Amino acid sequence: MSGRIELNGEWREVRSEGDTPLLYVLRDELGLNGAKYGCGLGQCGACTVLVDDEAVFSCVTPLSMVDGKRVTTVEGLGTVEHPGPLQRAFVEEQAAQCGFCIPGMMMRAAALLRAEPHADEKRIREALQPNLCRCGTHMRILRAVKKAAQA
Amino acid sequence: MNAGAARNALLALAGLALAGSCATSETDAIARLEAAPPPTSFSPALVERGARLTALGDCQGCHTAEDGRAFAGGRPVETPFGTIYSTNITPEPRTGIGLWSEQAFRRALREGLDRGGRHLYPAFPYDRFTLASDEDIRAIYAFLMTRPPVSAPPPRNRIPFPFNVRSFLAVWNALYLHPGPWKNDPAHDARWNRGGELAEGLGHCSSCHTPRNALGAERGDRHFEGGDTEGWHAYAIGATSQSPVGWTEPAMRKYLRDGWEAQHGVARGPMAAVSRGLVHADEGDLAAIAHYIVSGMGHAGGGGARKESAASANAQGERLYRDACAQCHEGDESLPFGGLVLAQSIGVAGESPRNLVNMILYGLPAAGDGTAPIMPGFAGAMSDAQVVALSSYLRARFTNRPPWPDLESVVAKARKEGERVAKTPAGGAGLDPARWGGT
Amino acid sequence: MNARREFLRRSGGLVVAFSLAPYAHGQGAAKAGKPRLPGSLAKDPYLDAWIRVDASGAVTVFTGKAELGQGIKTAILQVAAEELDVAMDRIALVTADTARTPNEGFTAGSHSLQDSGTAIRNAAAQVRALLVQEAARRWNAEARALTTANGIVSAPDGRRARYGELAAALDLHVDARPDAPLKEASDFRVMDRPVPRVDIPAKVTGGAAYVHDLRLPGMLHARVVRPPSYGATLAAFDPRSVEQRPGVVKVVRDGSFVAVVAEREWTAIQAMAELARACRWNESARLPDEGKLGAFLASLPSKDDVILDRGGASAAPARTLEASYSRPYLAHGSIGPSCAVAHLADGRLTVWSHTQGVYPDRKAIAEMLGMPEEKIRLVHAEGAGCYGHNGADDAAADAALIATHVSGRPVRVQWMREQELAWEPFGAAMLVRVRAALDSRGRIADWEYAVWSNTHSTRPGTGGSLLAGQSARGLRLPPPRAIPQPEGGGDRNAIPLYVLPRARVTSRFLEDMPVRVSALRSLGAYMNVFAVESFMDELADAAGADPVDFRLAHLDDPRARDVVRTAAERFGWKKGAAAGSGVGQGFAFARYKNLAAYCAIACEAEVDLETGKPRLKRVVAAVDSGQVVNPDGLRNQIEGAIVQSSSWTLYERVAFDARRIRSIDWQTYPILRFDSVPESVEVHVVDRPGAPFLGSGEAGQGPMAAALANAIAHASRRRLRDLPLARRELS
Repeated sequence: MSGRIELNGEWREVRSEGDTPLLYVLRDELGLNGAKYGCGLGQCGACTVLVDDEAVFSCVTPLSMVDGKRVTTVEGLGTVEHPGPLQRAFVEEQAAQCGFCIPGMMMRAAALLRAEPHADEKRIREALQPNLCRCGTHMRILRAVKKAAQA
Repeated sequence: MNAGAARNALLALAGLALAGSCATSETDAIARLEAAPPPTSFSPALVERGARLTALGDCQGCHTAEDGRAFAGGRPVETPFGTIYSTNITPEPRTGIGLWSEQAFRRALREGLDRGGRHLYPAFPYDRFTLASDEDIRAIYAFLMTRPPVSAPPPRNRIPFPFNVRSFLAVWNALYLHPGPWKNDPAHDARWNRGGELAEGLGHCSSCHTPRNALGAERGDRHFEGGDTEGWHAYAIGATSQSPVGWTEPAMRKYLRDGWEAQHGVARGPMAAVSRGLVHADEGDLAAIAHYIVSGMGHAGGGGARKESAASANAQGERLYRDACAQCHEGDESLPFGGLVLAQSIGVAGESPRNLVNMILYGLPAAGDGTAPIMPGFAGAMSDAQVVALSSYLRARFTNRPPWPDLESVVAKARKEGERVAKTPAGGAGLDPARWGGT
Repeated sequence: MNARREFLRRSGGLVVAFSLAPYAHGQGAAKAGKPRLPGSLAKDPYLDAWIRVDASGAVTVFTGKAELGQGIKTAILQVAAEELDVAMDRIALVTADTARTPNEGFTAGSHSLQDSGTAIRNAAAQVRALLVQEAARRWNAEARALTTANGIVSAPDGRRARYGELAAALDLHVDARPDAPLKEASDFRVMDRPVPRVDIPAKVTGGAAYVHDLRLPGMLHARVVRPPSYGATLAAFDPRSVEQRPGVVKVVRDGSFVAVVAEREWTAIQAMAELARACRWNESARLPDEGKLGAFLASLPSKDDVILDRGGASAAPARTLEASYSRPYLAHGSIGPSCAVAHLADGRLTVWSHTQGVYPDRKAIAEMLGMPEEKIRLVHAEGAGCYGHNGADDAAADAALIATHVSGRPVRVQWMREQELAWEPFGAAMLVRVRAALDSRGRIADWEYAVWSNTHSTRPGTGGSLLAGQSARGLRLPPPRAIPQPEGGGDRNAIPLYVLPRARVTSRFLEDMPVRVSALRSLGAYMNVFAVESFMDELADAAGADPVDFRLAHLDDPRARDVVRTAAERFGWKKGAAAGSGVGQGFAFARYKNLAAYCAIACEAEVDLETGKPRLKRVVAAVDSGQVVNPDGLRNQIEGAIVQSSSWTLYERVAFDARRIRSIDWQTYPILRFDSVPESVEVHVVDRPGAPFLGSGEAGQGPMAAALANAIAHASRRRLRDLPLARRELS
């Protein structure tokens, strides 16, 4: 298959087979690191990216489903030199231990904040429920998202 | 049923009431007790029996708010007439039912009247509980009276005029309440009758599984032909059942108790919440219910046959199924943690597409506190058109039923009311009741 | 008193303490008459093994430890920057690499700061002293009058020299000395400061940060097909259709080891599924009844070791209590399943892995492949959170083995989630039985404790510790060994810190291991502290004493008393709060290994008295880690331990039937999600400037478990002794 996605603001042609999960298109064909393989089953959220502003599990989303759609990954939120507000909040709160779950958490939070820019803690907890963190960084993740929500 | 039709119907009723002005709105109050009965005045065996029956009636389901104390009320129940908050049924004297006698309690279940004689809203399904036997009601009373008392006044109901005038309920009752208790049908055996008494009474299955009229009452002429609640469809479980795989009693018992069954899938939405309670119901009672329900179920069959030709008619749907669904739904892992074989799915074969659409959009959420099947939802990745294409493909490929006529509007509605669709983790045994409960 | 001399006296004390404590990884006692070098310097005394300064003044620091997500890279940079007086961003840190760094064994046991941090601190201080000495020599000045800052040595008369200029004249290939001139804690500018972690910015912006992100030219993707149960052997195998799949490069079969290699990752995954269906296995595993683990453990033959036998006189017992506690097998469950990349070229094999021990893993891989160790280089690259001996070493072995079948091209092996949860070693199931007597004053008069456990380490080692070594070469796991006291394995923290005039503690070491086990964060301490601290509450209750007062009455270690009081005060501990109201408070304390960090935890929980469902509301912890390097890093670790331990304690257990592991994904091995996270977690650090570093990464696991069980008991009057405490089960 040949398809195209608008990735972080730029249209990209992609040549992976249509049944390839978006996760592998992003990592292997397009060389991005943010979205991670955690389970491949849509159970942990480490692969979370946005499609048209909504959070999806990229590990179970085939390329054919999102052909022609707008995809946002953590790389689209900012860079080390110019971090976006969510990234700044995570760095300020030092909201990471191993950091593996964090891009997924941030994208899930980004979807929430796009829909509800001033979401409260209760809403943030509900929204992050699909995402797992094993190191126990939850309190800091909540603080970081709250910080970005209050900004 | 929509609010407009309801409004019209009730205005008609208003006319009736004014013309008749027959029903008195206040019947007699029953005297309050001097004090809440001491827990020791109930025998442990009766309390234990009451626990099992309360689980079966799922009293906790409505009478416990999210994050609230058990039985202390305060849960909002959406009705077409407005929002009603469940009451506090802990034995607390002021805000609960601590000063209610057993007689008052029985009258509430049988006639829909509180201790003071005021009408209760039929969101509390007294039109069903009226069928419960005196013995069962006694046991439930004993159980509730031995719960920890919680001081919690329920929030004010938000029902607009004229629906909030309780005397209309007297008319509603006159039309739709058929006071119990259950009368045995001599044409059937004791087990069937016990199952009927429980299923039609405390179990109040038809509160969800029967369609309702414009006044919010069950349509007696369409008993068990399916209903809608909290964004989900409760399937027909009577003669018109669309289940592609016939139900046996053991299968039904397993489904009710465990919340899933190998050939019938996983209980979802409000039924998941029900099955979490049924784990604590009495085995014999569940068996009787299963017997009663299964003996009344039709078998439509006609699931199974895979129709490859469906593919050519709906290439988009076929592609979505193959690329997104087949990996789990044709995988090696069986239920409850693997994907259901779709040829066996009532989601695909049922009379309403709503549940299938809910599953595609929202999946099955993780249970924070135990094992549960998890299915990812695709609301973010799929457009309405894609959901329609996939749903109609599944219908054509895995059933011999006619296509759903209203798929587009169902999909749009399911997405629009996403926040209000009940997303409950699948059933599963709660903590061992032998270690908990009681004072 | 002279602060420097005081410090030397104390660090001299540090040296002595370490020489008295025999380590499991073989550090011997000090030679007679010669003081032992601090930390890992004892094994690698050359300064340039640890620190190098180049002509431009750029500094490279080498550590044999690995970043596990605990922030050790940042902490070590802080230590080095402080003692060298160089800005952190001018220091490059090289972590565990068999070609470049000292051999510091495993990054485990909360030893990193104690061993590597101490070594680097001392080495850095000596390098600075040598640079100053060189400047003094050049300027004919007194070394004592010179100062250092920002990589520059300055004289009072204004002369300056950059480290780079001075370093050229120095030979750092010299032995370290035991008397390094360390900085006073009051002079710290970088240490004991919450310096932001150096690795976080890349991790939140999609920078390459993990072994999973390694992409080498020509890299192939591989997936292993693992058997359905332990010890299964390949009976039938038909690779033909998989070999013909477009994009498949090779199907590897080596004994019972089966893998597929492809150009693209998705191809490898699909080919793996197809290949798995084309394999037939002879299964022979026999697993115990998962529902009756305590009885099973007690039925096994055990090697008993009385690790404490104190037979002091005590008053006649007024009351005797006994109890039995148990825990199931627990999984690491790291969010990122194990991964490794291996490249065999020109007879040399390089493996990138998130193993905790590059040297031991290299040895095991060398043995498995029959290759000399010198031909193998193992480089640590970060994985997801590492909580002990997980699948990393095995993934490295898988990649190494496959690389020998596709020589010339790098191979990346990624374990699937199901494989990780089924095949990684677990934390061992354990049983504890304890009996104690209270005297008429309500003090513990007699204490008898026994713990049943497998080994808590089957780390490589040998080729037989590797799954690939077992399935490809038929190598076998060596007989398990116990980690001796004072560190301990299953008996870690089995000896309470409390003052017990009469006490007997027996460690029952079980050699039968039907389920694969090894080290999981805090090893036996999680269970022993859970049991001891739960039982302390039961005793306090029987004595009619407040749980915090009861502990203080039995503690004479002043630092222990401090953390207990701090946690209780900051929590707002209420004496005499009634039990059974549905809201409860619980307390627990332990000093990890009785050697490392002190940690006390108080928590508040609600219990729905109807359903028994608990809800953790708030947690307050106090921790004493000695000299703190990064207070925020320390708090992060303890917060993490609190949440992780809550998950273990409330919900987790490995599920299996008579043959196979059944908990293989997040449906069947659920862990805590946001809806169960407490409302607040506070960690108060009791700072001890100048004191030796104390390992803290594992100090919170045990106390949190007991604090939770105690809070639930207080809220509901139900004492729960068998973990997990609150799990729902889909039948």
